[in-house]
Amino acid sequence: MGQTIWQSMQQKGYSRREFLQFCSAAAVIAGLDKSSVGQVVSAFETQSRPAVVWMHFQECTCCSESFIRASHPTVIDVLFDVISLNYTETLMAASGFQAEKSLSDTIRDNKGKYIVLVEGSVPTAEDGVYCMIGGKSGESILQTVTADAAAVIAWGSCASNGCVQGAKPNPTSATPIHKLVDKPVINVPGCPPIADVMMGVVTHLLVLGQMPELDDIGRPKEFYGRRVHDTCYRRPNYDAGLFVEAWDDENARKGYCLYKMGCRGPVTYNACSVVKWNEGTSYPIQSGHGCIGCSEAGFWDNEPFYQHLPSFPGFGIESTADTIGATVGLVTLAGVAAHAVLTNVRKKSVIEEEHQDDQKE
Amino acid sequence: MSTPVIGAAAAKPVANELPADYKRIYVWEFPVRLFHWVTALSIAMLCVTGFLIGHPLHAFYAAEAYQQYWFGWMRFVHFASAFVLVAVSLVRLYWAFRGNQYASWRNFIPLTGAQWKSIWELITVEVLQIKKYGRYHVGHNAMAAFSYFILFLAFLFQTVTGLALYSNMSDARLTHVFNWVVPLMGGDANVRFWHHAVLWIFVLFIIVHVYLVFYDDYVEGGGEMSAMVSGWKFKRDKRED
Ligand code: SF4
Repeated sequence: MGQTIWQSMQQKGYSRREFLQFCSAAAVIAGLDKSSVGQVVSAFETQSRPAVVWMHFQECTCCSESFIRASHPTVIDVLFDVISLNYTETLMAASGFQAEKSLSDTIRDNKGKYIVLVEGSVPTAEDGVYCMIGGKSGESILQTVTADAAAVIAWGSCASNGCVQGAKPNPTSATPIHKLVDKPVINVPGCPPIADVMMGVVTHLLVLGQMPELDDIGRPKEFYGRRVHDTCYRRPNYDAGLFVEAWDDENARKGYCLYKMGCRGPVTYNACSVVKWNEGTSYPIQSGHGCIGCSEAGFWDNEPFYQHLPSFPGFGIESTADTIGATVGLVTLAGVAAHAVLTNVRKKSVIEEEHQDDQKE
Repeated sequence: MSTPVIGAAAAKPVANELPADYKRIYVWEFPVRLFHWVTALSIAMLCVTGFLIGHPLHAFYAAEAYQQYWFGWMRFVHFASAFVLVAVSLVRLYWAFRGNQYASWRNFIPLTGAQWKSIWELITVEVLQIKKYGRYHVGHNAMAAFSYFILFLAFLFQTVTGLALYSNMSDARLTHVFNWVVPLMGGDANVRFWHHAVLWIFVLFIIVHVYLVFYDDYVEGGGEMSAMVSGWKFKRDKRED
């Protein structure tokens, strides 16, 4: 410990040139302009390597898988070399008591300075028996680990909003991290989040030593400020009213908008259509599949995915608000018609009575 | 004579030509009538465009996207009508405190026993038609007024959810007032869902409302339909002969 980032890079055999390349890339990723590269360089020459612990709770490791595929080779290599990833169940060599010790040492030696990355939600039902590590419940581990952390990042939809474990009826009471930890949490939702976005958030923390600007629900604005729909290259087709009507139709071949096929782009905040996946190769919509909104809270509950309107709660899979609305509308029309018949019968007798009265007078 | 009396001079009562005295009453003031028709128009536009936004028609064909913009226009009309509706609703809200007795907010929320009694009477006479005669209402009857209050709540809901959905496309300060709604309702998808579902309340309202206006004219002969144009209504006086 105590080593600066530059020192540790030298030890690993990086040249000064590579160090400067890394600094400029990191500055760009953190959203700084070229003139502030100097600032980054001096920060990395003086700052000590941050200790990082990566916790895994109820998750599928897709966030880790995504992260190690970040597209900027210099940055991701350096990040892995530079940060001292002291604990992560998936990738660490140590096991058993050795692993436990590494975690508790990190927490003890870096009080208030280490960064906690959390992957997965924490089940709170039945005292947390649904996710136990080393005989301790996920929640108690989370509380110990985050108590003295400098920053907490919730990786992925599980940690940010519960994702599939948190879908109805949520049998284990899977709970997102920000609801359990009483310090600000950076939410990086997505199933998984985009590798370059994850890298960007970590780099931002490292470079600037502070949280990126967050929106109302704790997501970094730079990546989650706009909807997939606003940056989608199929958007002109949407505005022109040119839609894919079936998966294998001519319109699909032409690349029309997938709105009618249930695309959740209009209600999903993410950077997919800008950053893209797998080193900028493509993203779901570009591959012809609508967005399923995997970075939105409760997206599993907005089924079916291939239909624009989700089904109406409590009325089965097939009924949308429209089928129910139309049915109630028809019933109302029938009621109105019946009432009209009744009215005519009554009106007839009213007219007769009035006339009799008048005749009597 | 301040109130014109119609038909008072008819000589001999013949069937369908009965003499009766009618009093002319100014019920719907100009802001109320304006609100009514602007609202009617914008709700019609909002329902049609709103439904089409949920279910885009496969009606217009173009080879390339730049050749047309109909879905964009559809959304524009929806947003524009929405802002018009919000504006006239604010005027109407002001008029609920400033206008005549028929426009007052007191009509719309059944707080008094008399209003509940009137609602009950309406159910027995007009809906179930168990009783033959009811009281004649010059302004809104208590039940109609209450239904407008419910409709107002639906307006409010659509305005709040609509602006919350709109805010991410707009820099206008006003639209960001309701940003908090989205996390509260669990994301844009849910907000959009409920915004769409509540559309049907308006459809149902239109069916019943239009029918009842015809019904009222047909049964009461109160000139309900023309009153919303002219503002005048006619009340049958007690006959003196
Ligand atoms: S494909 Fe989806 S995100 Fe793209 S324009 Fe259509 S609805 Fe929007």
